[in-house]
Amino acid sequence: MSMLAAIRGLSVTYRRDGSEVAAVRGISLDVVAGERLAIIGESGSGKSTLALAIAGLLPASARVEGSIAWSWPSSDAQAPPSVLPDISPARGEVALTYPLSPVNNAAEDRPTAKLPISPLAGEMSGRTERGVTERRPSAIGEAEPPLLGRDIGYVFQDPSSSLDPVMTVGKQIAEVARTHLGLSWPQAFAKASILLERVRLTDPASVLHAFPHQLSGGQKQRVAIAAAIAAGPKLLIADEATSALDTIVQAEIVTLIRQLVAEDGMTLLFISHDIALAAELAERIAVFRHGQLVELGVTAQIVDAPTQAYTRTLLDAHIGLDAASLLNRAGLHA
Amino acid sequence: MTLLTVSNLTKRYRRGGKAVAAVDDVSFHIDPGETLALAGPSGSGKSTIARLVMRLIEPDAGGVEFEGDDFLALRGAALRARRARLQMVFQDPLAAFNPRATVARVLDDPLRIHGIASRTERPHRIATLLERVGLTAGLAPRAIHEISGGQRQRVAIARAIATKPSLIVLDEAVSALDVSVRGQILELLLDLQRQEQIAYLFISHDLGVVRAVAHRVILLDAGRIAESGDARAVIDAPRSAIGKALVAAAPRLHTKRDAG
Repeated sequence: MSMLAAIRGLSVTYRRDGSEVAAVRGISLDVVAGERLAIIGESGSGKSTLALAIAGLLPASARVEGSIAWSWPSSDAQAPPSVLPDISPARGEVALTYPLSPVNNAAEDRPTAKLPISPLAGEMSGRTERGVTERRPSAIGEAEPPLLGRDIGYVFQDPSSSLDPVMTVGKQIAEVARTHLGLSWPQAFAKASILLERVRLTDPASVLHAFPHQLSGGQKQRVAIAAAIAAGPKLLIADEATSALDTIVQAEIVTLIRQLVAEDGMTLLFISHDIALAAELAERIAVFRHGQLVELGVTAQIVDAPTQAYTRTLLDAHIGLDAASLLNRAGLHA
Repeated sequence: MTLLTVSNLTKRYRRGGKAVAAVDDVSFHIDPGETLALAGPSGSGKSTIARLVMRLIEPDAGGVEFEGDDFLALRGAALRARRARLQMVFQDPLAAFNPRATVARVLDDPLRIHGIASRTERPHRIATLLERVGLTAGLAPRAIHEISGGQRQRVAIARAIATKPSLIVLDEAVSALDVSVRGQILELLLDLQRQEQIAYLFISHDLGVVRAVAHRVILLDAGRIAESGDARAVIDAPRSAIGKALVAAAPRLHTKRDAG
């Protein structure tokens, strides 16, 4: 078991109406390379803030404390362990800690990057790093921090707002491949075509030239997934990626995510409010509430033997196909 | 006596020059105090049926009879009066209300418009309504955008029951709520049904919830009724292709108890 990310003491505070709201408070959590980890919680639990912090997508006004130490299993920046000072002997891998603004950091600290930097880097260069506890290993020049789009793929809840409405689907996917893999446009379009097949879209050739509004919600989410995995990220974050879809399409998308993660050896962070859905997909589940980590365990333990009352509450609140009728409880004839 | 009878309801939309039937020859009835669920995938016609029943849109064919009258033929004052008996709660109460209105204002409107209570009586009525849905009267001066999602949906239910309806259309009314809140809202709806014999047209994509709260269910597929019957009987042993697909897709909590 090697670690992909070691999150330590992570707190995120938003400023809202003049007052400060702690969205995430003192989270420490290890993401294991290659695992499917679900982050579950109700609204305001901080689960999405955690995902945004990991992806470096927090708004500039957010105050961030704590650290995320990354260990990429394989990287073109990898050097022989013996020459690097910041080595975790237990893991035998390059470990690096960097401030919680990976995109910004990438823009500043990787002048010799071999790959073109995402246009996102420019947009987000105003990002603040106030309050960040920095613990920069000297190896940071050689080892690259993760870059959203290339190293981390992010799938949002609503594909209608995450996709550009006036750009063809093929171009949106090709753009990712071109930006992060250094492909030419023809190569990138060929890659996009393959990706559309990989996300099991019927008739990928015509979808390539379609605009998002011409597709159904499920098809759009498949396109968003294709774009997210276009550069071959190590980590895929699915942030309520199936919540806006109906049950049947949701099951299809979950199956697709499971297949893609297995085929590409990705680590999956599955953010959801649905404990049953999370339990079907994830190997481990982290339960969040009010910005804090309530409980973390393997799925069977969380489902069968939760140690925290809140986890039990969530399990009991699930209304499955075998749930007792509420009509009898209410004194109504069933 | 049947409360609502829907006969051969059809609604077509034009899409790319072609007529697509969103609702195709759908017939059903609801009895007083009964919950009928409409379930099906996106685009199956659930919400279109809700809008047709509410007369938010007009059908291309078919009839709606409500409390013994041809509901589609009602006009003017007669229609407005009858609308008090037929209310609707939407998925997102923040979108359904003016977010800057106060809770009191949201509840005052139906009482005033339908002439249910005089100006002097209304503050007391509002307090009573809030208590009926498990909120405190102290919430009345708060703005809709200031209160939580669960509180907002309780206000939406209070608004719906303000006019003493016999039928409430619940269009994915608990789908956006946190699970811990969802259970409380479902209990509230069932309490109201038991106390006031309110019937519900319960629209949901969640078969687990449908099975727990509905007496009967209609499974829709592409605008047509694929299957209907006792909610638990249908969901426990679906016969239609869409019923089987919906049941197969419902997330399940596999516990040790199930395995052993």
